[in-house]
Amino acid sequence: MSWKLFELLVQASFYTVLISFISITIGLVIGTAVSAASLSPNRALSISGRTFVSFFRGVPLLVQLLLIYNLLPALGLNVPSVVAAITGLSLCTAAYQAENLRGGFQSVPRGLLEAADMAGLSAFQQFRRIKAPIALRLALPSLVNEAIMILKASSLVSVVGIVELTRMAQDLAASTYRPIELFSAAGLLYLIINWLIASGGSVFERSFRWGRP
Amino acid sequence: MTMPAISVKGLIKRFGDVEVLHGIDLDIPQGQVSCLIGPSGSGKSTLLRCMAFLEEASDGLIFINGEPLGYASGPQGKPVRLPAARIRAVRSQIGMVFQQFNLWPHMTALGNVSEALKTVHGVRKSEAEERAMVQLKKVGLAERAGHYPSQLSGGQQQRVAIARALALEPKIMLFDEPTSSLDPELTGEVLNVMRALAADGMTMVVVSHEIGFAAAVCQQIAFLDNGKLLMTGTPQQIFGKPRHPRLDQFLDTYLDRGAAMLV
Repeated sequence: MSWKLFELLVQASFYTVLISFISITIGLVIGTAVSAASLSPNRALSISGRTFVSFFRGVPLLVQLLLIYNLLPALGLNVPSVVAAITGLSLCTAAYQAENLRGGFQSVPRGLLEAADMAGLSAFQQFRRIKAPIALRLALPSLVNEAIMILKASSLVSVVGIVELTRMAQDLAASTYRPIELFSAAGLLYLIINWLIASGGSVFERSFRWGRP
Repeated sequence: MTMPAISVKGLIKRFGDVEVLHGIDLDIPQGQVSCLIGPSGSGKSTLLRCMAFLEEASDGLIFINGEPLGYASGPQGKPVRLPAARIRAVRSQIGMVFQQFNLWPHMTALGNVSEALKTVHGVRKSEAEERAMVQLKKVGLAERAGHYPSQLSGGQQQRVAIARALALEPKIMLFDEPTSSLDPELTGEVLNVMRALAADGMTMVVVSHEIGFAAAVCQQIAFLDNGKLLMTGTPQQIFGKPRHPRLDQFLDTYLDRGAAMLV
């Protein structure tokens, strides 16, 4: 396989990384809000939180992407297909991240919040200063896992016309008749990127040791 | 007569269908140490937690320095819940120390003690940490300021927890079995800090199984049994003879735990 072909794959993989990174970040913000809503004592909030999760976790990502891609123009929103792709990935990963975070939030010991109550922290201050950091620490391994899943699932956005790593490999394989080399190279690139994510996760986890050996 | 620091009036607490406190009336005097003693399940911890509004009373009222905590009496005598900001304001007069310490694991000792000053009271970081250091010195842990809770012994963690409560300059300190999860050799260091606090004139309410501490340090002892306040009085009145038969029975269980000197 020529160097030129590999360079095209690397370029496409930047697209893969960019779309995944933006979606995971947006998903984390939405996921935090959704998990907070699911845990809220307010019934309407908790029902909407859980409905969000069951919808975006229950419908295949491929179907979600095709739905959003066709739905947005039908609603009069003529957005580039990359926006549709990021929207779909973000909403899907938000549902999974919300569930991971919900587990984290529920594992924060009650006594820590009683101490915060006695120290006068408001509900929001408790969330920001006590609950969120502890829940994040508890949820971190599953969040890294989810980041890797989304990076791989981002290959699905080719259905809305984005030429990311998998699609580029397919296109090049079709024109060069060298599918084995191209898909091996694409697989290797995914492997390297995910190895980087996992390593970043471990470094991040170490900063959450809080004095433990 | 001066106003009691805490006044409990007709307190009833139910968990579901089970009534655990059957109408408690108790005044905690200013500047004194009051101990709540009683067998397990007598409701003493629940009573203390009601005084901090960590448990909501099913009926009855609690006043902190004359101000209603959590609920005020409304029309037709039915208690009405006060707004959250009002609850926080009244509760700011109280500091609480827990059996399980409840230090925030992601903050150092200094971080735990300075947190509320920074977050709630908007004190600048440098000043908050200076004030936190003063409290850590008071409990003898200045040199452990940078340690995380996981790097401290149980006794040290509890002393940090006391410093954390003191940093907010409460008028009343509540202690919920502060030494129950400590090894005997670590119990002493926590009790010493509490003794020093009592000598400074802090109003304290202590739920404890340390009968020796109760007899030596408390000015008032309240004995609870089965959700009822059986008697209140000075240690002499409570532990002197003749003794309430239920109390006698209760103290018997402590004889082999080093309280023989009392009998």
